[in-house]
Amino acid sequence: MQNSILISTNNLTKRFPMGEDAVVALDQVNLQFRKGEFAGLVGPSGSGKTTLLNIIGSLDVPSEGEVLVLGEAIEKIGHKAAARLRNRHIGFIFQTFNLLPVYTAFENVEFPLLLQRIPESQRKKAVWESLEWVGLTDKAKSRPSQLSGGQSQRVAIARAMVKRPSIMLADEPTANLDAQNSHNILQIMERLNRELQTTFIFSTHDEKVIQYLRRKITLDDGRVASDETFTTERAGS
Amino acid sequence: MIRFLLLGILRDRSRSLFPLIVIIVGVALTVILQTWLSGMLDNMIQSSANFMTGHSKITTRAYAAEAQQMPNDLALLGADSLIAAAAGEFPEMIWTPRIRFGGLLDLPDSSGETRAQGPVFGTAVDLFNPASPEPKLLNLEQALVRGRLPQFPGEILISEDFSRKLGIEPGDTATLLSVTMYGSMAWYNFTIAGTIRFGVVAMDRGAMIADIHDIRKALDMEDAAGEILGFFRDFQYNQTRAGEIAADFNRHYSDPDDEFSPLMKTLREQNNLASLIDVLSWALGGIITIFLLVMFIVLWNAGLMGSLRRYGEIGVRLAIGEDRGHLYRSMLYESVILGILGSLLGTALGLAVSYYLQHQGIDIGSLIKNSSMMFSSVLRARITPLSYIIGFLPGVLATVLGTAVSGIGIYKRQTSQLFKELET
Repeated sequence: MQNSILISTNNLTKRFPMGEDAVVALDQVNLQFRKGEFAGLVGPSGSGKTTLLNIIGSLDVPSEGEVLVLGEAIEKIGHKAAARLRNRHIGFIFQTFNLLPVYTAFENVEFPLLLQRIPESQRKKAVWESLEWVGLTDKAKSRPSQLSGGQSQRVAIARAMVKRPSIMLADEPTANLDAQNSHNILQIMERLNRELQTTFIFSTHDEKVIQYLRRKITLDDGRVASDETFTTERAGS
Repeated sequence: MIRFLLLGILRDRSRSLFPLIVIIVGVALTVILQTWLSGMLDNMIQSSANFMTGHSKITTRAYAAEAQQMPNDLALLGADSLIAAAAGEFPEMIWTPRIRFGGLLDLPDSSGETRAQGPVFGTAVDLFNPASPEPKLLNLEQALVRGRLPQFPGEILISEDFSRKLGIEPGDTATLLSVTMYGSMAWYNFTIAGTIRFGVVAMDRGAMIADIHDIRKALDMEDAAGEILGFFRDFQYNQTRAGEIAADFNRHYSDPDDEFSPLMKTLREQNNLASLIDVLSWALGGIITIFLLVMFIVLWNAGLMGSLRRYGEIGVRLAIGEDRGHLYRSMLYESVILGILGSLLGTALGLAVSYYLQHQGIDIGSLIKNSSMMFSSVLRARITPLSYIIGFLPGVLATVLGTAVSGIGIYKRQTSQLFKELET
């Protein structure tokens, strides 16, 4: 984590076999993400956004090149180490929330801590703090089916942040939300980023999200077409 | 984590109730089938033992060679002393003399002429000795249909069907026409004390039960017995011990060169029962095995379906960093919990039904009217020690194996597809 660089890719290439040929999803991508960034990968469908998010999240490995995430070389990482990296240091936020339907909001948020075998008293404290962050302590006992879309996504954020990850990866987090809920969610994430210095990386083509970004990386055909950093405060601030 | 898993199982009906019902039903059916088939086999052995073979039987060598003919001219003499000797040497068994005989039962009218007549298959047993096991073995109290059990010499029981056929009523007098031990004609007057139905078709067609002392007089067989039957005191057949006792007895009392010397045979050695019991045991074992396999596949499938249905949940858990091994084990724990719970409930249900079938039974008499097999027409289940555990084989093992096989998919799952899969 030299110079607070959490993630770096060096000539990252990802190919997917398709018959006898291969489709290049990422081509020679060189990027660095520092602690506390609020960055977004934008671009049309098939531009490689989700593939890059997958590799940073240790869900996939590069075909060529090097990727360092919190000091772990993703191209060499095994399943166990990848799971440990995700469990301890990376939070995921999905487009469709993906809460476990039979568990309450509290239990959904508690789940990643159970995997880390954190003692119950610490666990409960952390879960309540996370629910406070997203303003849902009154919904702790509600099941996902009793929550609105916005509330479900807030529980998903609480679940992702309860372990205080260094990196949060969000794939189209507002795609299933209306404008008001999208802004609420983005404000919560921006506050988390500001106060906890959590690095956020979005994959999105939602203008509402793009307005909040302080760094916008545009991908086109697997290549970095542009990498813009905005120094001025943007929509959420 | 276990609490977390239990909560999931309890709250998600499709994860608990459906698999649990499948396991309970499968296990209960397995238990019922096992007890029912055991009961059928037991029924056959018990009926044969009580009515025909005993757990062991002593006859003369000559009688044994022609046992189907009921050759009372080859009966054992000095039966009482032989019984006393056997009782002394083998106290774990009860010994009781019997004479089987055939004849005609003649019912006279008021002028003494034959009103009705029919062939009888008679069994003379020790009815009046308080220590005799016969009333219990033949289940006379339960079998009594009309009248009462014999209380005095000269009283007999005849089968209800036979009495209806001949128009004989309790209290009537009937004459037995037969042959003495020495080949001359015998006739003897009896009073019908009551009518019986054993529920064994072969016995109910023309049975006559008389006290052995009366028949000894009637057939000139003083201190003789066609057969001496031995029963273990707990009335449970033990082939190993029966074989040892028979070998011991024959070593001391039987002489291959003397056809009138006594010979003891075990239940298995009589009436070709050995091969019949073996074939039936194999057949029943085969049926139970096939059924177990079927239940295995059903429960395996239930385990598979459960895992497939939770594809999304598994994806989320992998994505948020649950180790594949941990996830796989947690699914196995769940299936163990469900398997044990379902097996316990299924076994309890199966045993409850089996208990009812053991005590009430199902009367199939009307279906086997013309059967000559020594088989009770009331079929009953029999609960054995195996009944308590047999359901756990499919219940736990198949459920866990089903989950184990389907769970292998966790290891094959491409985490790189998770985002895509979880967005749909």
